[in-house]
Amino acid sequence: MTPRQRRITLVVGILAGVSLAGVLALNAFRDNVMFFFDPSQVAAGEAPIEKRFRLGGMVRPGTVDRQAGSLDMSFVVTDFKQDVKVVYSGVVPDLFRENQGVVAHGRLGKDGTFVADEILAKHDENYMPPEVARAIKEKHGGVMPVNPDHASPPRT
Amino acid sequence: MIAEIGHYALILALLASLAQAFFGLIGAARNHDSWVATVRPAVTVQFLMTSLALAVLVVAFVQNDFSVEYVAANSNSALPVGYRIAAVWGAHEGSLLLWAWILVAWTFAVAALSKRLPAGFAARVLGVLGLVSLGFHAFTLFTSNPFLRLDPAAPDGRDLNPLLQDPALAAHPPMLYAGYVGFAVAFAFACAAMLEGRLDQTWARWTRPWTTVAWAFLSIGIALGSWWAYYELGWGGYWFWDPVENASFMPWLVGTALIHSLAVTEKRGLFKSWTLLLAILAFSLSLLGTFLVRSGVLVSVHSFAADPTRGMFILAFLVIVIGGALTLYAWRAPLLRSEAGFEFTARESFLLFNNILLVVAAGAVFAGTMAPLISDALGLGTLSVGRQYFDPVFLLPTLPLLALAAVGIHSSWKKGRLGERRKAILLTLVVGVLVAVVLVLGAWEGAMLLTPIGFALGIWLMLSALVDPIDRWRRGLSLSRGVVGMAIAHAALGLFTISITAVESYTRERDLALAVGETGQVGEFEYRLRDLRAVEGPNYDALRGEIVVYENGREIGLLHPEKRNYWVQRQVMTEAGIDMQLTRDIFAALGEDLGAGRWSVRAQVRPLINYVWLAAFLMALGGVIATTDRRYRQESAG
Repeated sequence: MTPRQRRITLVVGILAGVSLAGVLALNAFRDNVMFFFDPSQVAAGEAPIEKRFRLGGMVRPGTVDRQAGSLDMSFVVTDFKQDVKVVYSGVVPDLFRENQGVVAHGRLGKDGTFVADEILAKHDENYMPPEVARAIKEKHGGVMPVNPDHASPPRT
Repeated sequence: MIAEIGHYALILALLASLAQAFFGLIGAARNHDSWVATVRPAVTVQFLMTSLALAVLVVAFVQNDFSVEYVAANSNSALPVGYRIAAVWGAHEGSLLLWAWILVAWTFAVAALSKRLPAGFAARVLGVLGLVSLGFHAFTLFTSNPFLRLDPAAPDGRDLNPLLQDPALAAHPPMLYAGYVGFAVAFAFACAAMLEGRLDQTWARWTRPWTTVAWAFLSIGIALGSWWAYYELGWGGYWFWDPVENASFMPWLVGTALIHSLAVTEKRGLFKSWTLLLAILAFSLSLLGTFLVRSGVLVSVHSFAADPTRGMFILAFLVIVIGGALTLYAWRAPLLRSEAGFEFTARESFLLFNNILLVVAAGAVFAGTMAPLISDALGLGTLSVGRQYFDPVFLLPTLPLLALAAVGIHSSWKKGRLGERRKAILLTLVVGVLVAVVLVLGAWEGAMLLTPIGFALGIWLMLSALVDPIDRWRRGLSLSRGVVGMAIAHAALGLFTISITAVESYTRERDLALAVGETGQVGEFEYRLRDLRAVEGPNYDALRGEIVVYENGREIGLLHPEKRNYWVQRQVMTEAGIDMQLTRDIFAALGEDLGAGRWSVRAQVRPLINYVWLAAFLMALGGVIATTDRRYRQESAG
C-alpha cells in the first residue's frame, strides 16, 4: 500500500468504528432511558405497563404502611389530582417521609400498583426533585419552593 | 470590616487580571517589551490579592463571623474548626473563590517557572490565563460575592451540610479544581501557540508536565469524591454515573487523551492540530463541568431560570471562552501542519487509537449526561439516563483500549516492528488469561461473561506495563523517570480493571430487617446486630449499631454504623460502618426503624473495592513521577 492508500484505509476504518459506536450508543440509549410520569399521567394511561419508568409526586400523609419489623412497605404517591399506590421492599432514604417529594424507579403492574425497585435519595431537606415540583405545581397551583443552591447534590 | 478587605482585594485582583490579560496579549502582539515586562508583576499582584481574599474568607469562617451572609449560611459555632475551613468551599460562592485562587496559583507558578521561555510566548500564555481569571473574578463579584453582609447579623449559622462534614470531601474540591484549572494552563499554551502561529516539539515539552500534573490532581479529586460517595452516601457503590460525577469524568477522559497526544507531538512533531483541539476541549469540559455543577443546571433546567443572572453569565462566559478558542483554532490550526509519516504498528498508531477511543468514550458520557437537559429544555419529556446506558457504551470503547495499551506500551516510535517484545506481550497475555480462568473457576458464583475478560485484560496490562522496567532494573540498566511513571500509571490501570471486575462480579448485597440479637444472611456471610445504642457527637446525636459479620461461622468483621441527627440543620444522616480489609470491604448502613424492634440494614461485602481508589492514586503518582523526568527540568523549569 502507498502511504496515501494507507491513510485512506485508516480514516475509513476510524469512521466505520466511530459510526458503529454511535449506532450502538443510540440503541443503548433508546432501550435504557427512563421517562418520568406523575400520577395523573399514570391514571390517564400514558405510562407504559411492565417497562421501567420514574414515578414522582408527594407521599400522601397517612398512607405509609409497613408491617412491623418487615422490609415490605407501601405508600401512595399523589399529585393532589390522582394517586398511585407504590409497593417496595428495602431500605428507604433518610429523607423519605409523609408529605415530602419522592421519586420511585420501577414498573407499573397490570393492577395499577407501582412496584418500585429503588426509592430515590434526596440529599437535602430543601431539595425537591424538580420534576416533582413541576408536576405538583401544575396540578395544585401551589408554589413549591425549589432552592437553587440546594437543587444539586452537594458534590463538586 | 474584615469582609470588606476581602471584597476590595477581590476587586483589585480583577483589575490586576485585566492588566495581565491586556499587557500580555496586546504587548506580545505589538512587540512592546515594556508592556510584556508588566505581565509578571501583574500576576504577582493578582496572586497576592486573591490569596488575601481567600484568607479573609477563611478568617471569617474561623472567627464565626455571622454578619457575613455566606458564613451564616454555611457554618455554625458548634462546627469543628477544620470543617469551618472546609466550609469555605462548601457552597457556590466560596467554591468559586477557591477555583479562582487555584487558577491564580497555577498562573503564578507558570510565571515563576517560565522565565526561560521566549518572552512574547510566556506573555501570551499569562495573558490568556489572565482573561480566564478575569472572567472568574467578574463572575464572583457580580453574581456570587461571598463577602456580602447580613444585616442584622445572624446569632448563629445554619451550619455546613452534614454530608460535607467529612475529611475526604473537604479535600475533594481543592484537588478537583486543581485538576480542572490545571487544564487552563494547557489551554493557555495552546492559545498562545495558535496566536504565534508556531508549534514545535519544544512547545509540547513545555506543555506536557503542566498537563500531566493537572491530570494527576484531577484523578485524585475524582477518586476522593468517589470514595466519599461510597462511605458517606451510604449506598455503597463507587460510581453512579451521576451527572455531577460525569461532569468531572469527561475532562479526565479528554485530558488523558491529551497527555498521550502531547507525547506524540513532543517525540515526533505529529498530531499538532489534534493536540491543540484536545487542549481546548479538556479545558472547555472543565469549565462546563464547573458551571453545570455550580449553577444547578444539571439537576434541573428550571433552577437555571431561578437565578437568571448567574445562568446568563455562565452561558456568556462559556460561549466566549470556547467559541473564541475554537475560532482561533479554525483560523490558525491549518498553519500547523505535521509532515512526518509512521508505520501502521508504530507507537503513533497505538496512541492515535488511544485518542479516538478515549474521545469516543467521553462523547458517549457527554451524550448521556446532556440528553436529559436537552430533552427537558426542548419540552420532549423528562427522562433520565442511568447505568443501563452508561455501562455498555463506556465499556465498548474502553475494553479494546486496555488491550491496545497492553500491546502499545511495547511499541516503538516510527518503526512498526515489535521485535523481541512480541515474546513479552504474548507471555503476559497467556499468564493473564490463565490466571483469569483459574480465578473464575475458583469463584464461580456471581461471575459473568465480562468477569474473565476483565481479569485477563487487567492482569495482562499490569504485567505488560511492568515487565520491561523490571527487566531493565534487574539488569542494572538506566531507567528514566518518564518510563517509570508510565509503567506505574499503566500498571495502575490494570489494577483498576481487576478491582472493578471483582467488585462488579462478586459483590454480595442485601437489605436486612434486624432486631438486636438477630442474624441475617447475605450471600455466604451472616450479619448479626449485637447492639444498638444512643451516642453523642459535637453537633449531632446518633444511634449507633454494633454488627458482627461471620463467614462460615467464623467472625470476620465488626461494624459500627450510625444514624446521625444533626441539630442545626435537623438533618438525618447515615454514617456507614465499614471494615476495610486487605481483600474486601465489609459494609453496613442503618436504614430506619421498622417497628417491632427491628431496623433495616443495608448489608454489603465488596471484594477489592479499595483497590479502585488505590489504583486511581497510583495513576496520579505515575503521572507525577513522569513529570519529574530530567528532560523537563532542563528544558522548561526556570
